[in-house]
Amino acid sequence: MFLPVLFGVSVLIFVLMRVIPGDVARLLLSGGGEGGVASEQAVAKVRQELGLDKPLHVQYVNWIVSIARLEGGHSYFSGRPVFQEIAQRLPLTVELAAFTIVVAVLIAVPLGALAAVRQDTWLDYVLRVVSIGGLAMPTFWTATLIILGLAVIFGALPPLGVTSNLFDDPLRTLQQLVWPALALGYYDAAMISRMTRSQMLEVLRQDYVRTAWAKGLRERMVILRHALRNAVLPVITIIGLQFAYLLGGTVIMEKIFFLPGMGSALVDSIIRRDYPVIENIVVLFAFMVLAVNLVIDVLYAWLDPRIRYA
Amino acid sequence: MSNVLRPAEAMTVPVVPARRGPNVLSAIVSMALSKPLGAFGAVVILLVLFVALAAPLLAPYDPLAMNFDAPFAPPSGRFVLGADEFGRDVLSRIIWGSRISVYVGVVSVVLGQAIGGTLGLVSGFLGGKVDVLIQRIVDMLMSFPMLVLALSIVAALGPSPINVVLAISIVQVPRSSRIIRSAALLVKEMQYVEAGRAIGATGARILWRHVLPNCLAPFIVIASTTMGLAILTEASLSFLGVGTPPPNPSWGAMLSGTGRSYVEIAPWLAIFPGLALTLTVFGFNLLGDALRDVLDPRLRK
Repeated sequence: MFLPVLFGVSVLIFVLMRVIPGDVARLLLSGGGEGGVASEQAVAKVRQELGLDKPLHVQYVNWIVSIARLEGGHSYFSGRPVFQEIAQRLPLTVELAAFTIVVAVLIAVPLGALAAVRQDTWLDYVLRVVSIGGLAMPTFWTATLIILGLAVIFGALPPLGVTSNLFDDPLRTLQQLVWPALALGYYDAAMISRMTRSQMLEVLRQDYVRTAWAKGLRERMVILRHALRNAVLPVITIIGLQFAYLLGGTVIMEKIFFLPGMGSALVDSIIRRDYPVIENIVVLFAFMVLAVNLVIDVLYAWLDPRIRYA
Repeated sequence: MSNVLRPAEAMTVPVVPARRGPNVLSAIVSMALSKPLGAFGAVVILLVLFVALAAPLLAPYDPLAMNFDAPFAPPSGRFVLGADEFGRDVLSRIIWGSRISVYVGVVSVVLGQAIGGTLGLVSGFLGGKVDVLIQRIVDMLMSFPMLVLALSIVAALGPSPINVVLAISIVQVPRSSRIIRSAALLVKEMQYVEAGRAIGATGARILWRHVLPNCLAPFIVIASTTMGLAILTEASLSFLGVGTPPPNPSWGAMLSGTGRSYVEIAPWLAIFPGLALTLTVFGFNLLGDALRDVLDPRLRK
């Protein structure tokens, strides 16, 4: 399932990047904005340099071969192998995505569980309204409001962007990632807390929870050990389903917070029409989504004995 | 056969028209009472639709008119929601911006749901190789982050309003086709489909007359929730600079350029367009939730 879909994805993107109206070679030559008509000779030369004169299937095979060589073709813009560019930018995107998930889960699971335990109290209503808001607020607006809030609190706009590396200076990097992670995590947290709440409500009505109460266990024990452990399993599925949305969100966060990750590279490449970079990044995004969902399937089976032994 | 039914029809005909008016009204009222949030969503949507249709009448200024005497004018009697860096009235731009959101939302949802729904119906109803083929394509489309897929389609076709609509339509196809397919799979096993086959109806006729109408409920629910998502995607694309081109007042574009750069000195540029966008999406989410509860409790999670 994994490989065939990935193969299909690469073909799809490859074809998509070649249905572009107009000739890429011509576009590149007139790209400076002068609008001068490039000579036929020059166009043919560029086309040959880029390998665009070859038939489509040959171009595709060339691309796959260059991916296998960890190059992925060369950027039209910088001339460097695309994988070099991606390698610099991938860690930041992965860090942001991972950090966002951690933040969202840490906030949402306890709050969702709390809302379920205190169902129909004011706390439940407040949490529900906050989570409904999270589903409707565009992440880029949340982010702008966070920046605005920071500007009001500190009197001036705090420096944005990430200057350090996670492994050299973990604390500083996390500090710089915390605002984008919060802005992006609000949506996910809203989703996860709603799911946790509804799962908890269901689990709290189960016989084994009543048994736990009946044998006189403490509230903490019943809720944490018996109820929550069973309620969070489906939440893991939500994280997998939401992962694609989350990656899409990193594109926007990177643009707002000036983070040099893959998403900002994708948007820049689209504006520059740097097709080799676009196709590699898009396929890499799809690969990440497929990989995460595969891991979650395995994790789910590992966590839930009913699936493991079935 | 139809002769047998005649008397019954004749009997009901005079009764129904007499009661239709109040019935519809009371149905709406009772639904609004049982689903206050859904009703609130519907009101928000109607308001947005009204603003979009009546934009030329409602907007106090031309959304593109610049006032060089009033750059970054704060909200005041002259500019109710303030002005941007060219002194353009923010309120007028938000009012005209609703047109872009509504246009992209409606057209892309009609197009996207038509494609996705058809694929889902055919896939679920026919089954077999056709089903496998369609579902593998859907798998592929689903493995892209929605925004990234929309970005790549716009990149391939070039940024223009029509291509943005097209991209947002295609992006909806996988999700809606999956849900309609699962509905079609259920309907396919129903006795009335079997009965249809027994009296020799063709596959196409059964699909059109029996399967399609019975899949309408999930279809309406999906369309309503997707509308909010489509509007959000258009705003995101415009925000990233590949959606609606600059001078036009799109909510996403308004939030991107000056809204972000000048957030400290002119916060109204960032706050109001985002509020309009959030409220609209909120409306569609609430309506979608209420419709789901009423029309198709099966989808409820």
